[in-house]
Amino acid sequence: MPFNSFRDFMSRQDVLAFAVLAVLLIVILPLTLDVMRLNQAGKFLAFGFVAIGLVLCWGYGGILSLGQGVFYGLGGYAMAMFLKLEASTPENTSIQSTPGIPDFMDWNRITELPWFWVPFESFTLSLIAIVVVPSIFAYLIGVAMFKRRVSGVYFAIITQSIAAIMTILIIGQQGFTGGVNGITDLRTLLGWDINTDFADYVLYFVCVALLFVCLFIGQFILKSKVGRVLVAMRGSEDRVRFSGYDVANFKIFVFCTGAAFAGIGGAMFTLQEGFMSPSFVGVVPSIEMVIFCAVGGRLSLVGAVYGALLVNLAKTTFGEAFPELWLFAMGLIFIGVVLGLPNGVAGLYNSYAAGPVDKVLDRLFGSENSDGLKLSQQGATS
Amino acid sequence: MNATNTDFVLAVEGLTVSFDGFRAVDDLSFYVDRNEIRVVIGPNGAGKTTVLDLICGKTAATQGSIKFMNRELTKLSEPDIVKAGVGRKFQTPSVYTDLTVFENLEISYPNSLSVFKSLMFKRDAEVIRHIEETAARIYLSELLHTQADLLSHGQKQWLEIGMLLIQKPQLLMLDEPVAGMSVAERTQTAALLREIAKEHTMIVIEHDMQFVAEIAHKVTVLHQGKILAEGSPEKVKQDPKVIEVYLGH
Repeated sequence: MPFNSFRDFMSRQDVLAFAVLAVLLIVILPLTLDVMRLNQAGKFLAFGFVAIGLVLCWGYGGILSLGQGVFYGLGGYAMAMFLKLEASTPENTSIQSTPGIPDFMDWNRITELPWFWVPFESFTLSLIAIVVVPSIFAYLIGVAMFKRRVSGVYFAIITQSIAAIMTILIIGQQGFTGGVNGITDLRTLLGWDINTDFADYVLYFVCVALLFVCLFIGQFILKSKVGRVLVAMRGSEDRVRFSGYDVANFKIFVFCTGAAFAGIGGAMFTLQEGFMSPSFVGVVPSIEMVIFCAVGGRLSLVGAVYGALLVNLAKTTFGEAFPELWLFAMGLIFIGVVLGLPNGVAGLYNSYAAGPVDKVLDRLFGSENSDGLKLSQQGATS
Repeated sequence: MNATNTDFVLAVEGLTVSFDGFRAVDDLSFYVDRNEIRVVIGPNGAGKTTVLDLICGKTAATQGSIKFMNRELTKLSEPDIVKAGVGRKFQTPSVYTDLTVFENLEISYPNSLSVFKSLMFKRDAEVIRHIEETAARIYLSELLHTQADLLSHGQKQWLEIGMLLIQKPQLLMLDEPVAGMSVAERTQTAALLREIAKEHTMIVIEHDMQFVAEIAHKVTVLHQGKILAEGSPEKVKQDPKVIEVYLGH
């Protein structure tokens, strides 16, 4: 392990933040929400994966990607393709002119399973694809952009275009992708019905567990030297380059990590929602994902999860009552956060609550700095 | 270019770069000895910073050769040039303002430069010792855990020099290291540079002639991308051409 002590990996405040989130997600929400609401919370958390990835890419790496929906979609579609093939047994589809292929293919007069669907007959390959396909795609984009030193606004616009292209491609290739309706009517996972209340509970807890895995990976990256190199790059990219680092490789690394997280989130969304459609891939959802991250605080991994929960909660309550006003409201939230709370909810906590909380912790456990571990203090990353 | 191998640390021959036809550096040749402090002076737009950009790979040469310890640099990428042993300080102090002095030096420590090695990088006693030693040389021992943003302008300049030192480069290139420094800080910096020159070779760009006279072994005067004069500080100061284009007014 690259850390001299546990304190170097997680400060006391980090432990507290992780613990509070764990209690909220594992105890409080399951005890207070009914199964339908809990399932909804699970879907919000699926977006939390993307937001955590954006903390790495955008908050620390300075890479604003407006195309995270693409990776979310790739993960979500990978899962949906597996589930769809499982649901399309020859018995279930005996009324089709070609039994044994997904229904939408039959409607589009396709008579044979396309080659890129074949790997998704295997559960193992599908699980691998959920993480690997978004990563590889992010790697290709990263190499093409970062090695040529494309960054900032240009990168944001290009990723946004990729999100737009992806939606057009999915909608246009209806026979291969299910088109605008997406891949629907998913039933079982390895013979296990995913539409029961019990399944909703199980999937929720799986989602929370995976979310914490991603949180710990993110924490590891940020507290390793990579985290400090990212902060350094954000300030002075040339200086880092002339210290002998290949800056592009670090950007590619966090971008791929963010994409892999998004892919896992997409897959968990598909399982809990029961379908996947291009409406979670395009420009608008991709921008929404950036807003989750901004509201939560783009320098806080845990904050990103709260951001995803809060904005989605607002979207379902306010958005369902006034659907036509929601986009405007969301735009206002974004502007408000950028102007008033550049570090989001986590920034609020750091400026008002962190000090008093530290005092309480000092009283309970003694001062954090008394053991002379000054090296573990990290001005920028705390 | 088939430049010959030499005993010099740095041999620049026939170096030319043109930006849309404008020759910022024009058929430039010069040689730097081991442990020499070479100061480059010249009026604005003479191409001083461009020469450093060319050596460290930030700008690609149109023509010519740069040989560092007989190794051609014009074909190498920036990180590879750094690994070959060339360090560069920028004109405006570029330190990592969000990180502490310690972390600034740690990132510059030439170890674990790839992504994977950085993930596994551990702050061992060796690293900490190197960082503390370097901090002592650049007069920042007391400020190791201060965020770099809070340093004075002069201290930032020192920190960046320290970030180069910890890389242990053969050749250090400093672009205006005393700009914005107080008189006391200048004296300390001059002492620091002379100390560094015992182990390293240096190219320094500077405007302050008093400071130049204090540190330079040899001065190169650039004008419109070409060498106007070269020699000891005293000799250059007396050169009528130099007085006319640079010192006279």
